[in-house]
Amino acid sequence: MTTKYTTDHEYIRIEGATGTVGITLFAQEQLGDIVFVELPGIGKVLNKGDEAAVVESVKAASEIYAPVSGTVTEINTALNSEPGLVNQDPHSAGWMFKIQLSNPSEPRRSAG
Amino acid sequence: MSMNTQGRPTGTTNVNPSTSSGAALLPDEPLLFEIGDTEHSGVDLPDVTLKADRLGGFRRKMPLDLAGLTEPEAMRHYVRLSRLNYSIDSGMYPLGSCTMKHNPRLNEKMARLPGFADIHPLQPISTVQGALMLMEQLAHWLMTLTNTAAVALSPKAGAHGELLGMMAIKAAQAARGQAHRKIVLVPESAHGTNPATAAFLGYSVRAIPARADGTVDAEAVRNALSDDVAAIMLTNPNTCGLFETQVIDIAQAVHDAGAFFYCDGANFNAIMGVVRPGDLGIDAMHINLHKTFSTPHGGGGPGAGPVVLSAALAPFAPVPFVRRSEGGLELVEHGEGQALGRITAFQGQMGMYVRALTYMLSHGGDGLAQAAKDAVLNANYIKARLQSVFSVPYPQYPCMHEALFDDSFLDQTGVSTLDFAKALIDKGFHPMTMYFPLVVHGAMLVEPTESESKQTLDQFCEIMLELAMDAKAGNKQNFVSAPINAPRRRMDETRAARSPILKWEREDDASEAAQ
Amino acid sequence: MRYLPHSDAERADMLAAIGAQSIEALFSVVPAAAMRSSGLDLPRHSPEFLVEAHMRGLASQNHAAGDGPFFVGAGAYRHHVPATVDHLIQRSEWLTAYTPYQPEISQGTLQMLFEFQTQVAKLTGMDVANASLYDGSTGTAEAVLMARRLTRRNKVLLSGGLHPHYRDVVCGYLKDDADLVCLDASPEGQGDILDRIDDQTAAIVVQTPDFYGHLRNIETAAAVAHAKGALLIVVVTEIVSLGLLEAPGAYGADIVVAEGQSIGNALNFGGPYLGLMATRQQFVRQMPGRVCGETVDADGNRGFVLTLSTREQHIRREKATSNICTNSGLCALAFSIHLGLLGEAGLVKLARLNHERACALADALGTVKNVELLNATFFNEMTIRLPVAAEPVVEQLAGRGILAGVPVSRLEPGRPELENLLVLAATEPNDRCKHC
Repeated sequence: MTTKYTTDHEYIRIEGATGTVGITLFAQEQLGDIVFVELPGIGKVLNKGDEAAVVESVKAASEIYAPVSGTVTEINTALNSEPGLVNQDPHSAGWMFKIQLSNPSEPRRSAG
Repeated sequence: MSMNTQGRPTGTTNVNPSTSSGAALLPDEPLLFEIGDTEHSGVDLPDVTLKADRLGGFRRKMPLDLAGLTEPEAMRHYVRLSRLNYSIDSGMYPLGSCTMKHNPRLNEKMARLPGFADIHPLQPISTVQGALMLMEQLAHWLMTLTNTAAVALSPKAGAHGELLGMMAIKAAQAARGQAHRKIVLVPESAHGTNPATAAFLGYSVRAIPARADGTVDAEAVRNALSDDVAAIMLTNPNTCGLFETQVIDIAQAVHDAGAFFYCDGANFNAIMGVVRPGDLGIDAMHINLHKTFSTPHGGGGPGAGPVVLSAALAPFAPVPFVRRSEGGLELVEHGEGQALGRITAFQGQMGMYVRALTYMLSHGGDGLAQAAKDAVLNANYIKARLQSVFSVPYPQYPCMHEALFDDSFLDQTGVSTLDFAKALIDKGFHPMTMYFPLVVHGAMLVEPTESESKQTLDQFCEIMLELAMDAKAGNKQNFVSAPINAPRRRMDETRAARSPILKWEREDDASEAAQ
Repeated sequence: MRYLPHSDAERADMLAAIGAQSIEALFSVVPAAAMRSSGLDLPRHSPEFLVEAHMRGLASQNHAAGDGPFFVGAGAYRHHVPATVDHLIQRSEWLTAYTPYQPEISQGTLQMLFEFQTQVAKLTGMDVANASLYDGSTGTAEAVLMARRLTRRNKVLLSGGLHPHYRDVVCGYLKDDADLVCLDASPEGQGDILDRIDDQTAAIVVQTPDFYGHLRNIETAAAVAHAKGALLIVVVTEIVSLGLLEAPGAYGADIVVAEGQSIGNALNFGGPYLGLMATRQQFVRQMPGRVCGETVDADGNRGFVLTLSTREQHIRREKATSNICTNSGLCALAFSIHLGLLGEAGLVKLARLNHERACALADALGTVKNVELLNATFFNEMTIRLPVAAEPVVEQLAGRGILAGVPVSRLEPGRPELENLLVLAATEPNDRCKHC
């Protein structure tokens, strides 16, 4: 298991061919209270850098970009009713979506 | 002497030392649905019975459940609610880019004449010649003030006007065989509506950086122009309160490159009667009648956003418009030639046209120019009085009708721009515009308008200086807990957005829904 | 000048504080070529009594609805507005307040908007409503865009019963858009839309009562649309009708758009009016326009704020749901006060009265030779076919002080099959004795 960080303050935790994506502790502090998370649909095919999700605070909306290419396999539906999880526990309970990597070697080259 | 021991104390020595909030005159008011019910009504109407209806079986079965109030109850409910509002009649709004000026009551009186208020938009044209004359006269004033060839009156508000202006540009580019132009240049300091409008019409937005002095760089515009650029959207005076010194050069470069110049007219109040935007080379500009021409804001509308158009764009004006013909005035309601279609039902904001024309006639051309000059004088006066303490990001030039400060004077105080603005509420003033324009850190944009007397400006400046001293003295608590004298303390906006409650529900219904 | 507080002496003092020689010096950055040294060719300032005389002169050249028999409707309706409404909306704290972005000192406007949203939700039978849009026509265009975002489909069908101006506005917003299908005018109230719905359809737009006055079966429309995954947008131009007619929400509407002018607002030659929009709870984040929500303040007291503002242009900029940044606040206030005065009891009476007047008008028209009433159903408006073109007849009657209705040809020119049609409305001021 390795965790990589993007320059846009997203993380991806890679286990085998699957990555779990969320935003960093620093990012949630900068955004302030998260009030809504718009998650991608399961099965959505994303290219690295595509807009994958949106997090909204009271005064701002920020896009979350796909850190790798792949297919969305799971989303954290708990965020629908409790978006504050992103603030409280961004690296664990506040994860956003899981993605099946289409090219497992991709993140090693560029997302470090 | 005889001593009346029943006398009342007249001093304040026994009074609790906390500040009076005026709460006795500002009682909390329950919701309409908590005081009214479905039986009460404040309107007497004949009670007719329908022998046989023609409703085809679509009669209502779902309960309406609308609360009603008798007239005295309604009067009290809405008067009490009103007292929880700040308003221009009760105090100054130093709101940059909003032009909160005095709203003359003659405007209101005229708008209520039955000859204006009680006429239908689809009455025969022969029965509304006075209304068309009014539209023609308003158009004449707007075209004269801007030196432009045409005006589309119908947009419902500034953003709507902006949309129309850009639609006209898009249509004009298409008519020239230039539909491939897909880029619109927008300075970083622009109002949020500008990129929103451009994107809505399928344009991609390219940002133009500002120069160190706060104005747009003609050179940067020239470099960004190409055969793919449809238009530039520029606010002048700009959102930093500065006149765009190179605006004529920019217009020339834009036209040379085959693009159009859309001017955001939000700040026209600074230059009306003094500078004609047509002389600067603009092709389209919306005019917010609710800012520049004193129609009331009404707690958030209705506005009105007529758009003036250059000769090049005039053929693309939307319907309807007024035209003079032999038999009098006619209303052209259907597209001819290149005209755009319709952007609203009917004729637009007639009620606002009446108010705006009343204001124009009251001021006259001379008074409008004086109003613009006084607006600029007032902003520069505030800037002069505050600049020793407040930091001015662009000090090189005189400002126009609004003075821009940043938050560097609050460094190390622990007080944010927002806290500072909320403390202003406790001193009896509406906050200034905050965090806009985005190009300045912790921006505070102050627009006094021409309506404020020197006395009010002095009072405002003294309070601003006093608050700044208080912040610098380390009294952070006075700011982070502000306001304490308003009808409400700071609101929990996170809670409002996380689980939105957007309507009233009976407690039993609400708990049912929660389950 | 009565609106400008400064004396020349005060101006001089202020210039001294600024360190400028003259006000003109503050304009030194304006290119000389553009600076007006002399005045514009416009009249000089004028005393109040002369301005008033000028405006009265213009007003007197219009024929007001109250001046004689009046049957004009077609999207704007003459109703009596209680004196209380106009008195209250002219209070300084309502009339001259800014948009409630500072909730601590705007609770009046915010609570009113919360009450307004509740009223609109109840009237339409929907979960949530916004704090108003410009008017019904632009609201319809916004609803179409919203449906496209929600379904991620593009095709939109506009019923032939939709108000022609509304259709034109939607076409104007979606210019050059091949996926927009406008069905032919359907003055007989015939079904025209259901067999055109396919699995590419984002939404269908159906008006009821429709432009010609017919009541449309939106329950069936909802079922057919939903079966194909499309949304049903219901348009209501006469909001008083919902006092008597079933709520669109009860029939399965997904978005309801209405013109709210009929309650609280004058005819005003077409504006300012009031766009109402309501939808299902799950669509709220795609709904355009301002929304007010309940919360608490730092002391735990109930209060109201504008919320979900990340949908709006000043935050999302080019990704906003709409470029709109104004609602129709004062018109919403007038609506809310009038409806608060009516209450359920009053609104039902008012709606019944309107329908009764319209029934009387229909009966009276039935006795006129060579006039054919097209409606089997109606609320307070109907269409008749005259033996001759309607427009000259209306002009002729106007000359006699009677405003007889709207010739369909005014909105649909160049359509011979519609030339003889006249749309007439009867509202509560139409006293029975003044009919025909």
